Amino acid sequence: MKIIAEYNMHILVCGGAGCKASQSEMIKTNFKNKLNEYGLADEIQVIMTGCFGFCEKGPIVKILPDNTFYTQVTPEDVPEIVDEHIIKGRIVERLLYLNPETNERVSDSKEMDIFKKQIRIALHNCGIIDPENIEEYIGRDGYSALGTCLSEKTPEEAIRLIKDSGLRGRGGGGFPTGLKWELTRKSISDQKYVVCNADEGDPGAFMDRSILEGDPHSVLEAMAICGFCIGADKGLVYIRAEYPLAIERLKIAIGQAREYGLLGNDILGTGFNFDIEIRYGAGAFVCGEETALIHSMEGERGEPTVKPPFPAEKGYNGKPTNVNNVETFANIPAIINKGAEWFASIGTEKSKGTKVFALAGNINNVGLIEVPMGITLREIIYDIGGGIKDGRRFKAVQTGGPSGGCLTQSFLNTPIDYDNLVAAGSMMGSGGMIVLDDSNCMVAIAKFYLEFILEESCGKCTPCRIGNKRLYEILEKITDGKGELEDLNRLRLLSNVIKDTSLCGLGQTSPNPVLSTLDNFYDEYLAHVNSSSCPAGQCKALVNYTIDADKCTGCTLCFRNCPVGAISGEKRGVHSIVQSLCIKCGVCFEKCKFDAVLIA
Amino acid sequence: MMFRGIASVSSNQITIPINSTMNKIKTLADLKKLQAEVQSKISLRVKGDSPESLIQIKVSMATCGIASGAKDTLTFMTEELDHQGIDALITQTGCMGYCYAEPTIQLTIPGKEPVVYGFVNKTKALEIIEKHIKLNELVDGIIPANYSSTDN
Repeated sequence: MKIIAEYNMHILVCGGAGCKASQSEMIKTNFKNKLNEYGLADEIQVIMTGCFGFCEKGPIVKILPDNTFYTQVTPEDVPEIVDEHIIKGRIVERLLYLNPETNERVSDSKEMDIFKKQIRIALHNCGIIDPENIEEYIGRDGYSALGTCLSEKTPEEAIRLIKDSGLRGRGGGGFPTGLKWELTRKSISDQKYVVCNADEGDPGAFMDRSILEGDPHSVLEAMAICGFCIGADKGLVYIRAEYPLAIERLKIAIGQAREYGLLGNDILGTGFNFDIEIRYGAGAFVCGEETALIHSMEGERGEPTVKPPFPAEKGYNGKPTNVNNVETFANIPAIINKGAEWFASIGTEKSKGTKVFALAGNINNVGLIEVPMGITLREIIYDIGGGIKDGRRFKAVQTGGPSGGCLTQSFLNTPIDYDNLVAAGSMMGSGGMIVLDDSNCMVAIAKFYLEFILEESCGKCTPCRIGNKRLYEILEKITDGKGELEDLNRLRLLSNVIKDTSLCGLGQTSPNPVLSTLDNFYDEYLAHVNSSSCPAGQCKALVNYTIDADKCTGCTLCFRNCPVGAISGEKRGVHSIVQSLCIKCGVCFEKCKFDAVLIA
Repeated sequence: MMFRGIASVSSNQITIPINSTMNKIKTLADLKKLQAEVQSKISLRVKGDSPESLIQIKVSMATCGIASGAKDTLTFMTEELDHQGIDALITQTGCMGYCYAEPTIQLTIPGKEPVVYGFVNKTKALEIIEKHIKLNELVDGIIPANYSSTDN
């Protein structure tokens, strides 16, 4: 293969949604035109890229090979960049990023880790190594943390290290991991177990699946380290059968680790034995709860039992069991390798390290992100996430899944950690983050999560089984426009009873979406019950679609797309909707190019 | 050609022939030795003695990527590169995190920084092969690295 021609320079223009909205297309065109003028089009290439993750300072232009990073570039700045930077080789100072801390302009993007809001610890191998090749993992320091523990540390020292790091459980509650290990270590028994909770159940969360699919060995290594620390020789991964690829890769990883002698008997010649098996779950939300998970593994019904006794004393088969979630485990090797101080230097006072979030909903850059604890919601949404889709207005973020709550505009600048989220009426949960805009009705959101709870409640205790059903019925009444003011009090009363009297975490947190939306969006509830209207236009029973005669051009687009033939009108004449036939599907609203369809 | 790309894409299993005669790792020293070996092998793969033949492509093959067509991209790139007689090492990897832009691939031309591309369907894959791999020109659709990792 021969390299025929090579461009001397590349100009990268950000084409993320945020930058596009600030005319980055025009910037690209201007660059191309200007370069053509100078006859440089064959030597310098202009490229449109994806989001740089620094939308606040967009549009971004980056020049290669010298890595100069220009911020807030306008189409009018282009001639200056070409004349100064490209032709004369002089950097355009005024467009460089001004570091607010040092008050200095930074030109080389390599020195700009400040832009890189994401830090990957749990995900550091995901998307880098081949998950089905153990040697690629070993090549990136894989299994050296286990080696170090087995050869150079006592279990107490290793537990001390995890405790000092400040790592807390990433599955939801945020219990200190080192303390959990210590408690299990202190339980005296002939047999103990290490369990990895891979029963990821929150709607919209998929970080555990991604870790198992992208870096399964990190979890296996951490489980072996945990086994060494607590004195267990057996590990079990409880994973839902809905994750076939994760299961497949996990199986391959376990097979390879055994083959290489990194699982099995006498690991690394230290006399330590540890092996791992997989247990399949049928995908029940409640089985994310430790005790329910253990019962499910034992072949019993996946129902929770009262704690204490905690699994650390009496878990799988009645033996002391340490249960940690996938992401928690994925942090362990890095902590052992790089030290507790390093890990504790990232994050906030009480929440150390990073958290993986599955960013979803009405946001431009939907994806899996790993950010240091203490980052603000604003940075996540507007920088990493690239802002709200279609330029709409931010309304709220739902975190913590069905057990969590909604964070509103007023929390945009709150540093995200376990405690701040709880104080704000939500929780960390496993890390689902669903972004809502002004087209989302908060009553409907609460109803959505409650519907999920209804399906997933195990039915063991009355408040959860029956109480949530009644809550759902009240919400349904409200979204149908049949609600009354008293219903809002009933919602709150019943929610509090369910919270106080349910047996397990699922029931105790199930009314959270209702309470949090009641607290933050009471006006929206009021609009539903007082004036039978849905401000977001989402509750079908409460909206009517009409056509604005002044705006309608008679293009017939709505007429042709209406699935029930509820629209009438002549071509090039004003159309109208027959309300008695309309099923309120909203197709006419979406299709109309002239904003002539109104929701009221 | 020992670094020639992989072929079997009928299943999910794509293996790189690194070390077929592996014995059990018996001590920490053994592990460290293997680590060094693998690392030098990886850097050999990057630098090599015939640099133009050692292009690396990683296709993000987690559930999300596969659902968006990553497998087709991987098959297409493998076949197309093979067809054109370009030596490249194509491997699968896990989720890169850019769900909005699946399928995603990472392309490393020897001696250059890795480049991540999003929305790589067959058309894009062909454009990347024709322009970036053969002519060393970047093409539209690059996703800039927006994170720091524990390795550096």
